[in-house]
Amino acid sequence: MSQADVVVGGARAASPLWQLSLFRSEVTSVFRRWRTIALLGVLAAVPVLVGVAVKIETGGGGAAGHDGAGPAFISQVTNNGLFLVFTSLAATLPFFLPMAIGVVAGDSVAGEAHAGTLRYLLVAPAGRTRLLCAKYASTLVFCLAATLVVAVSALAVGALLFPLGDVTLISGTDVSFGEGLLRALAIAGVVALSLIGIAALGLFVSTLTNSGIAAMATTVGLLITVQIMDQFPQLHAVQPYLFPHYWLSFADLLRAPVYWDQLLDNARLQALYAAVFFSAAWARFTSRDVTS
Amino acid sequence: MARNEPTQAVEETLGTDTGSPARRKAVRYAVPVAIAGVAAATIGLVPALAKSGDPDLPKITAEDLIAKVAQSDVQQVSGTVKVTTDLGLPTLPGGASLGSLGEGMAKGGKEGAKGGSPDATTSPQAKLAELASGSHTLRVAADGPDKQRLSIVEQAAEYSVVRNGDQEWAYDSATNTVHHSTAPRDAADAKHGTGPREFKDASPQELAKKALAAADGTTSVTVDGTAKVAGRDAYQLVVKPKADESTIGAVRIAVDAKTGLPLKFTLTPKSGGKAVVDAAFTKVDFGKPAASTFDFTPPKGAKVTEDKSENRAPEGKGGSHQDGALTDGLSGANVIGKSWTSIAEFKAPAGTDRGSKGGSLGKNAGAAGSLLDSLGTKVSGSFGSGHVFSTRLVNVLVTDDGKVYAGAVTKEALVKAAK
Repeated sequence: MSQADVVVGGARAASPLWQLSLFRSEVTSVFRRWRTIALLGVLAAVPVLVGVAVKIETGGGGAAGHDGAGPAFISQVTNNGLFLVFTSLAATLPFFLPMAIGVVAGDSVAGEAHAGTLRYLLVAPAGRTRLLCAKYASTLVFCLAATLVVAVSALAVGALLFPLGDVTLISGTDVSFGEGLLRALAIAGVVALSLIGIAALGLFVSTLTNSGIAAMATTVGLLITVQIMDQFPQLHAVQPYLFPHYWLSFADLLRAPVYWDQLLDNARLQALYAAVFFSAAWARFTSRDVTS
Repeated sequence: MARNEPTQAVEETLGTDTGSPARRKAVRYAVPVAIAGVAAATIGLVPALAKSGDPDLPKITAEDLIAKVAQSDVQQVSGTVKVTTDLGLPTLPGGASLGSLGEGMAKGGKEGAKGGSPDATTSPQAKLAELASGSHTLRVAADGPDKQRLSIVEQAAEYSVVRNGDQEWAYDSATNTVHHSTAPRDAADAKHGTGPREFKDASPQELAKKALAAADGTTSVTVDGTAKVAGRDAYQLVVKPKADESTIGAVRIAVDAKTGLPLKFTLTPKSGGKAVVDAAFTKVDFGKPAASTFDFTPPKGAKVTEDKSENRAPEGKGGSHQDGALTDGLSGANVIGKSWTSIAEFKAPAGTDRGSKGGSLGKNAGAAGSLLDSLGTKVSGSFGSGHVFSTRLVNVLVTDDGKVYAGAVTKEALVKAAK
């Protein structure tokens, strides 16, 4: 844990660096955990699996997924390794990525409470609001890191196994590899942004309980429930307000010209979830008794 | 250890924080509730506020407005069109196999149409059938009669049809397949052209032209105020068939006040309820689209299907596979009557195809008889007996000797027409 850092930081409470040091200590405590490293390892393995599977399947020529089955973009992977980035993100976004976020966010407060370290954190004159901000910020850093791990691993595997070159957008127009790479980077950003809603939800759940496991299970359970709700045509009236509803809109960055409507809807929806659940987490965390 | 309760010493002080802890707690919980409330209010109010201001335009007569549409010469346009079709699916013949019929009823019409053989879907005809149900977003761009592009925006995929001169490409990014055909330049306007020509059936312009072409003595045409469509001022033209046997209630067309381009097309059935067809621009731009929009080279590794003109499905056959909402799609069939009340008459497609077409039309009545009874209503008349299948707009009569009558008319009119 990071009590020592916090206490040191508390000594120079007047300094603007103070907020930063609390944040830094939270980030290190997230990334120093074995659990986090294992999660990132699993995420990095997904593109390897997909890439090798596509390579083996198409070993005798031809392309995968000509029947339109499988995750999005898979039929293009054999022509351009960059598409493995898009395929891997499309494959991990519905479940793997948010599950990892749910584990980290769910653990952030409840895990400390369970381990009995939360009260030590609160002994420092940091203030609960600041502590919560630091916790949320470190979860967001993990969102970005997890997305980038998938993207970079996919890019590496794609470059090793498949040719690279001009990128055919889904509208059928070609752009240079450089622009394709830029679009891939923007897509990684959009995917990370898509996760801030569930990160805030996980943080809120985490302030409700003293059991890290319970918080993680609840967050992941909520994720699955909402994903299922998003599939029922009968619920179409509420679906535009479910946080995973626009997740696949990142693919709209691959159209020419880019189709912004759903990307903006997604950004607005994620911001709304983040605002509602972060403030709920704040209301809960700053007004409850911490006994462990 | 002593309870570590939040105290003023370690907490930032809120301006309202002077009350008891319970009150403070309530104030804090009010924050997320307030955010959610404001968001909900915004979602609810913004469309209502946006709708309130109908533009103030000079008065125009229906004749002048029709002339404006006819003279409209918009060569360069790009934009986004939203098409929503709700035919009331169960008897939709387009690709809906018996197996997917249940899904179709459950409003998953799009999936039902997709359930067909995947190979066929790259051809524009098959894609058009998909448009016949559900809600779709289309992006269109045109620069003169020679250059057109139309894309159907799908989840993480896109289906594009690009026409540049005599070259016509259809690209499906989900399967990475290309459908190529060459149309003689002078035949660009001929009826048998595939690709954008066919898709244009779904654009507000073509739909409006069809409706206005049918406008004659049997129709009442009025101007009904103004509206804002895709941020542009437009007149509302209302076209109503006078004939009692028509199932079409009214056609509303929003015509752009400046260019005369139809921006929105809504067809409501006489039975009321939601529009059967609703096609509208959500964004429109009359600037020249980038030339690269109309360039297309087959992507590396894409499977290219060449469409030889002799392989081209005759219009009649294509029509019978499709939805039949626009009766003139069935040009291979015999048409009884005129304009709004026209009824198409054709033989039920025979052969192995039949089972997959959801109708199992008539012949194997023994096994499928009870099914037919549950889907359609049994009728009899001077033609013998048969079954009537109803959608919200189109009624189809399948006689026991294998003839099919279809039209946007009432059941009684169908029975009367069948001989």
